[in-house]
Amino acid sequence: MAGKSSYTKRTDGRKFDELRPIDAKIGVIPEADGSAMYKSGNTIAIAAVFGPRTLHPQHMQNPQKGVLRINYDMMSFSVPDRKKPGPNRRSQEISKVTEWALSQCVDLSEFPNTVVDVFITIPQADAGTRVAGINAAVMALAHAGVPMKEMAAAVAVGKMDKTIVVDVCKEEEDYEEGEGATDIPVCYLSRSKKLALLQLDGKIGVDELKEALEMGKIACEKINEIQVKTLKGETK
Amino acid sequence: MIMPKILQDRIIAYLKQGKRFDARKTDEYRQIEVKTGISNNAEGSASVKFGKTEVYAGVKLSAAEPYSDGPEDGTFTCSMELSPMASADYELGPPGIESVEMGRIIDRGIRESKFIDFSKLCIKSGEKVWAVYLDLYAVNNDGNLLDVAAMAALVALANAKMPVYNEKEEKVEHEHTNEGLPLNKNAMAFNMTFHKIDDHIIVDPSKEEEEISDYRISLAACYDENEKPRITSIQKGKEGAITAEEMEKILNLVELKLKELHPKISKFVWGK
Repeated sequence: MAGKSSYTKRTDGRKFDELRPIDAKIGVIPEADGSAMYKSGNTIAIAAVFGPRTLHPQHMQNPQKGVLRINYDMMSFSVPDRKKPGPNRRSQEISKVTEWALSQCVDLSEFPNTVVDVFITIPQADAGTRVAGINAAVMALAHAGVPMKEMAAAVAVGKMDKTIVVDVCKEEEDYEEGEGATDIPVCYLSRSKKLALLQLDGKIGVDELKEALEMGKIACEKINEIQVKTLKGETK
Repeated sequence: MIMPKILQDRIIAYLKQGKRFDARKTDEYRQIEVKTGISNNAEGSASVKFGKTEVYAGVKLSAAEPYSDGPEDGTFTCSMELSPMASADYELGPPGIESVEMGRIIDRGIRESKFIDFSKLCIKSGEKVWAVYLDLYAVNNDGNLLDVAAMAALVALANAKMPVYNEKEEKVEHEHTNEGLPLNKNAMAFNMTFHKIDDHIIVDPSKEEEEISDYRISLAACYDENEKPRITSIQKGKEGAITAEEMEKILNLVELKLKELHPKISKFVWGK
């Protein structure tokens, strides 16, 4: 690493590779076929799964296999400045990248012409909402009994100046000293260890990125353990 | 929602014996659960459950220009989102008539009951007032969303803390004072929805009961300073029409339920 980083201590006192306290629960929305809540520090995500159900309009149906459809949205009061209710460009993009990631987990080949709808909402945000949404959605899909090839877990890796950390919170996201903050949300598949989502916002060297991905992978393995425990009812 | 005829017949057969599927009496509410402070970036927030029906409510405040007809009055916006997360019957897209109607009923109930004292929400006359945003999200719909949402609205408003206003920079800080919203405790009107099924008037309907009813009527009521029941808003919904006897019965029920629920709901809203 070239030079010293100005970010030597995390704002909330965590170790660089330490996740925020996690709380997870399934069955939070009884009307849905499957549902889950995933809380990481002060970020809360809720996901509900409906389906496989018939997809309308008909021209969107796929006769080969079922379609996975994700909708991510934040509650208006989840952020410091009120967000207008309803979709925006950001939520549409996040829905799409989440859809691409989770399409690697589910196997809908037995359900042609149907759709599996996943609705993700964020009642309280403190950075990392898309990755919390993915973690909740994976549990909700499993809870709904949707056939899955493997699971997935996601985390936002960050670089504050030259220091790489996992599970970035809002205060860190706004870090401005030195090289500032780089935000790298990643989603790893649980078995094949492939990257199912990768985004980056900021500035980072190749070696640093390699290190960030490795830290992200280990963090995702820890998250996946919690997902499995929650689904098996082994927590609390 | 598609309701099998056999289910409809069964609900009516039960009601004829004074029974409901979940063993409640016709005028009995489900268990009410309330959580406050469910979202820490909101000025006030709450989740309310009647049985399995759940609504999240959040209050946000910002500084805005007043309307010309009220240069010293704060403004108020209320929305209700029927997320497809809450029920397989709801779809994505712009708010439909159901959510628009619910949002408007709750909006008027709060505005017209004078629950919020808007005259105390002035920052600088004619230039800056507080704008109160109340957003309601259906999380799980198992019937009677309106009453649940209306109650969540009251709890979230009572839970709200005024943010700090930075006069120098003329902006709202992301910090809160210890001061709550200016609320009029006497005007805490809560909503009660009645449905007519067969010859029966029921309270707190399940999703199936809502589906097969002839009509519904929602009334918000509170006690005035003389401890007299006061009705602050009414909305009759669906196609069926109300006979004089039924109206009489409903108004009697309103008085009865107000007496029963007011202390309970006050406790949830004010914490005592």
